Amino acid sequence: MALLQVKNVYKSFSDKNVLKDVSFSVESGRIVGLLGKNGTGKSTLIKLINDLLTIDKGEILINGEKVGVKTKNIVSYLPERTYLDKSMTVKKAIDYFSDFYEDFDKVLAEKLLNDLKLDINQKLSKMSKGMQEKVQLVLVLSRKAELYILDEPLGGVDPATRDYILDTILKNFNIGASVLISTHLISDIERILDDVIFIDDGKIVLTCPSDELRKKENASIDEIFRRMFRC
Amino acid sequence: MSFTLDNKLPIYLQLVNEIKINIISGKLKAGERIPSVRELALQNQVNPNTMQKALAELEELGLIYTERTNGKFVTTDNDLIKKYKKEYASLLAQNFFKDMENLGFNKEKAIDYLKGENK
Repeated sequence: MALLQVKNVYKSFSDKNVLKDVSFSVESGRIVGLLGKNGTGKSTLIKLINDLLTIDKGEILINGEKVGVKTKNIVSYLPERTYLDKSMTVKKAIDYFSDFYEDFDKVLAEKLLNDLKLDINQKLSKMSKGMQEKVQLVLVLSRKAELYILDEPLGGVDPATRDYILDTILKNFNIGASVLISTHLISDIERILDDVIFIDDGKIVLTCPSDELRKKENASIDEIFRRMFRC
Repeated sequence: MSFTLDNKLPIYLQLVNEIKINIISGKLKAGERIPSVRELALQNQVNPNTMQKALAELEELGLIYTERTNGKFVTTDNDLIKKYKKEYASLLAQNFFKDMENLGFNKEKAIDYLKGENK
């Protein structure tokens, strides 16, 4: 049984159909890229998987369970925008996560923050956007989850930090766990992806192991994506 | 060990090839321990699953072997290494002749170029 199963999911906001019959699954131990242009339904889909929005039709199962309180225990989610209270210090945010999640590894979090030269006594509001993103990512990766869902983890950071973030993901995600990463910055990330899912206009248009796709099309995932979705 | 990879080609095939070249050129010596899947994956910013797949293929080719608790090592079978080295050298030569043929040079002409006798 796949770790994550999305089955015929529909979602609309007022009269706009954002997701139309979306189905795919993510197996254990895979790093999967959810790739699509801006405004194609990536974040909506991710919010549904995290039970932050309700499904109109269809079903999402994690480890065979419908999304809800139980599945949140095994899913570690990096939202597109941070939800942390900016008046907190980093230390406070760590305590908060530590209280909230049984699988949170405080020692690991402190180590990663130290690697990144982030001061745990600093308030989030005093940090740059990039620094705040790093803090949030550290918190998310310091959980021993079964499924990590990262919504645009590379959005606001410089290329050097991007490399560090990729390394951090590779180094720290639990062995046997899966990672679902949504992004439109494909070339930066494609090398770490086992599988890719292309989403466009609320529909899944392609799912394939990355190397198979490269072989078939004789091109990088980035090029294939650009070709497919040329404006 | 870090390699230059091209996103246009299947990553695992490139990893197999690069590690193979390291072995047949002697950069990785017979019997030498190779870094763990995680380390290699990290050094090359690739997925550990992809690296695992590449190492499994190299193991199938006999170029590396696993010692259950110690990790992975380069084969000590020098004849096998030599065999793959010859195979790879012929491939390079074939590719050269093919490219020259595309330019309209036959094998003899191409060899003249190799020797620097291309007047």
